[in-house]
Amino acid sequence: MEHIRAINDLVVRFANVNGTGSASANNMFAKAIFRMGIPVSPKNIFPSNIQGLPTWYEVRISEKGYLGRREGVDLMVCVNPQSMARDVESVKPGGYFVYDNTKKLHSEFIREDIHYIGIPMTAITMKHYSDPRQRQLFKNVIYVGALSALLDIEMDVLKGLIEGQFQRKQKLIAPNFKALELGESYVKEHFQYPLDIRLERRDNVGDQILIDGNTAVALGAVYGGATVAAWYPITPSTSIVGAFEKYANRLRKDPETGKSRYAIVQAEDELAAMGMVIGATWNGARAFTTTSGPGVSLMSEFLGLAYFAEIPAVLVNVQRGGPSTGMPTRTQQPDLISSAYASHGDTRHVLLFPSTPKECFDFTAQAFDLADRLQTPIILMSDLDLGMNDHVSPPFEWDDGRQYDLGKVLSAEDLENIEQFGRYLDVDGDGIPYRTIPGTHPTKGSFFTRGTSKDEYARYTENGAAYVRNVDRLLKKWETAKKHVPAPELYQQENSNDYGLIFFGTTTYAALEAMEVLGEKGIKLDALRLRAFPFNETVREFIADHKQVFVVEQNRDAQLRSILINELDLYPRQLIPILNYDGQPITADTIEQLILSHYPQEKKHDDIHQTQVPAS
Amino acid sequence: MTYIKPRFRHPELPKNKIGFAKADYEGAISTLCGGCGHDSISAAIVQACYELSIEPHKLAKLSGIGCSSKTPTYFLSNSHGFNAVHGRMPSIATGANMANRDLIYLGVSGDGDSASIGMGQFVHAIRRNVNMVYIVMNNGCYGLTKGQNSATADIGSLSKGGAVNHYPAIDLVGLALELGATFVGRSFSGDKTQLVPLIKAAMSHPGFALLDVVSPCVTFNNKPESTKSYDYVRAHLEATATIDFVPEKEEITVNYPKGKSAHVELHDGSIIHLHKLAPNWNPTDRYSAVNRLLEAKMKGEVLTGLLYIDPNSQDMHELENTIDQPLNTLREKELCPGSEALEKINASFR
Repeated sequence: MEHIRAINDLVVRFANVNGTGSASANNMFAKAIFRMGIPVSPKNIFPSNIQGLPTWYEVRISEKGYLGRREGVDLMVCVNPQSMARDVESVKPGGYFVYDNTKKLHSEFIREDIHYIGIPMTAITMKHYSDPRQRQLFKNVIYVGALSALLDIEMDVLKGLIEGQFQRKQKLIAPNFKALELGESYVKEHFQYPLDIRLERRDNVGDQILIDGNTAVALGAVYGGATVAAWYPITPSTSIVGAFEKYANRLRKDPETGKSRYAIVQAEDELAAMGMVIGATWNGARAFTTTSGPGVSLMSEFLGLAYFAEIPAVLVNVQRGGPSTGMPTRTQQPDLISSAYASHGDTRHVLLFPSTPKECFDFTAQAFDLADRLQTPIILMSDLDLGMNDHVSPPFEWDDGRQYDLGKVLSAEDLENIEQFGRYLDVDGDGIPYRTIPGTHPTKGSFFTRGTSKDEYARYTENGAAYVRNVDRLLKKWETAKKHVPAPELYQQENSNDYGLIFFGTTTYAALEAMEVLGEKGIKLDALRLRAFPFNETVREFIADHKQVFVVEQNRDAQLRSILINELDLYPRQLIPILNYDGQPITADTIEQLILSHYPQEKKHDDIHQTQVPAS
Repeated sequence: MTYIKPRFRHPELPKNKIGFAKADYEGAISTLCGGCGHDSISAAIVQACYELSIEPHKLAKLSGIGCSSKTPTYFLSNSHGFNAVHGRMPSIATGANMANRDLIYLGVSGDGDSASIGMGQFVHAIRRNVNMVYIVMNNGCYGLTKGQNSATADIGSLSKGGAVNHYPAIDLVGLALELGATFVGRSFSGDKTQLVPLIKAAMSHPGFALLDVVSPCVTFNNKPESTKSYDYVRAHLEATATIDFVPEKEEITVNYPKGKSAHVELHDGSIIHLHKLAPNWNPTDRYSAVNRLLEAKMKGEVLTGLLYIDPNSQDMHELENTIDQPLNTLREKELCPGSEALEKINASFR
């Protein structure tokens, strides 16, 4: 039989039943490896269900720091008979299948080319614990204990995690230790350990943190000065407001009165959530809402109003598989077009594309500045993979001297000193007008906010020329936005290939890995990571500098490619779509294979350029 | 009709306590049809704000879409206004109120805006007891799109186009009482004596104050058989009480006969005096309000006046325990926890 030998380079997958408490044991496994200084990338693969259906937790361990998903399971921990057939099948030849052998494994699950490690998890829990709930919970800890021996996870690290978790429930520490030891000792008595795939302590994590994107967004909102959060629950965005509440409750209480320096409103639907945000920002507070694709559809009406009436708003779209209800618990990047151009009429919205929790934190805080500066909605485009899974991330930083950019807001004193206030007057030539907050001045600066056409002084008008002046000014503002949004990241000093690569968001992990692998094969692609829409000159130049550009994204219709073509007036065949949209995070292998299928063989090189690229 | 409003005002026009004349509370000239009930309501709003000596910039006026929602242009031109999208004014008002609890929020809506497209938001603003006045200019039809029946139209009523309404009318007042609204009143655009004190009381109420004001549509729904017509309402008007609103610290000058009057003291010390006309009705008893309303409905009466008030109303800020200082005035110092706290948070994720 084939033997896989690997140190700090493996994929471990757990097959559990939803609602059995496996999540905390699985998290402990990933966190322990992270604390051993080895980069990890855990992913939850879960159903839209609360209890009883199969759920998986997949951990990629890579000392090289490859943190995208990788196909092929080296070690499967299967505690769910429901999914066993699939789980056996997903193990790589030469891999390991760890299962509960309290009952004998049925012959249909036996493969000749993988190793079986049976641990009587149920029998052990029956023997050592009397409470049925404890039996279920500790079964999870037992397999972690078993893995500690099989994979060489440091027991002290695991115990340290348990002590941290149960700081306030000391009673639970001892039985958890016991469960770990029961699993460990069973392996030590019955198997050769460690396996040929195993872990070794490294120093490859540095001062990084392991955190999910949704928590990072919530912290960005706390630090960015959000005071009003209005939202409607929807997977995979829901945990953002939960985390915002947790940290605001800890960090945003008035020390004297105990009262809140924030308000959280669970709205009746997404329409109302967006309305509340707009009401709050119109009134001078910083406000945000969180949702996923279906919610953006509902919010479109208000996004159009905010665009046209020029009201700041921060919207976090944690994307999931669409269309309609789609795949609510699977990841995609399918809302690019619907977010960029949300609402009827000529609208366009600023999008930010974070790819790490650090960027979720930074971009969220920045989104409030951008919204106030540009007086328009800012949409942070996260996704299920980034939002709900833990990622290794640089630690968050905050400059204590940083001041919020509240944009062009006139004070009572300002109003005294200007001749006539024009809410939609382009005073500075950047397309951004000045605004006033209700309650500022008894007789100056009041105006009517509306979604209908208006002149420079906010007066209702159906005059065609005034309408055109207004919407053309909005285009000027769009140009100004390009200078304010995060610039793209380039991965080379100078371009050296005819072929370029563009990616963004969570695709980054797999794209960077694919670039390295291709590089080892002698194909060195130039690359650019988009971080915002509108695109600035760097993006235009990058594409113009390459004969063809691969655009990697996670949706069927190559939406980013369409937006690039549309906004930069490109010849469509210059951009080659590299797509994955099965709901699983894209892998480096997929990107590599797809690129290779388009990348010319040396001899065909020139022909292809001549046939596929316009003469200019 | 003239569409030019004279700028010249008599220099000796009476001023209120803060030095504003009534004209300072007016708005642009109305573009609604001549005789529209909505214009009378606008006038009542101007009168109420003048009498209450409200600083115009301390009030924000919000509306949805429809004839009713156009009216905020016609009053309080020194106040910020927000003409939201159709049926969505309640959410805008909720967010605005969360951001700054110090302003007075005056929402203006219509029967299409509140009883149909915006029903969900209307209901939830009541449920949250958002501190605002919510006036429904209720004419039973869609005026701006030329007279279709609305959800408050009477069963059997004919639209301008001749379509018969087969469905029962939604009674926003009854609904609000059922939902637990803390201030519920109904009035008639043609009854300024009742409407002005009701608006004043609603503005002083700490919580959601609903005023459903029957406001005939002279163009599309002023037919004699319509319960939203001038003739019908005048013939069938039934009031719970006559109302006097006495702002905080003002001398009480009205005397009421014993046994027939009721007083409701508001949180700020203002008092609502009610000279009760309806038997078995108590303004602070929801049960009696619901009964009285149903009784009137059975008789084909339009019951007006203050129907219910909860003197212990707690608005959304109190329920959410938000800080007294308006949230929109907080800056980095009060909002940003700083780098040291962030370093601790980082450490908790290692």
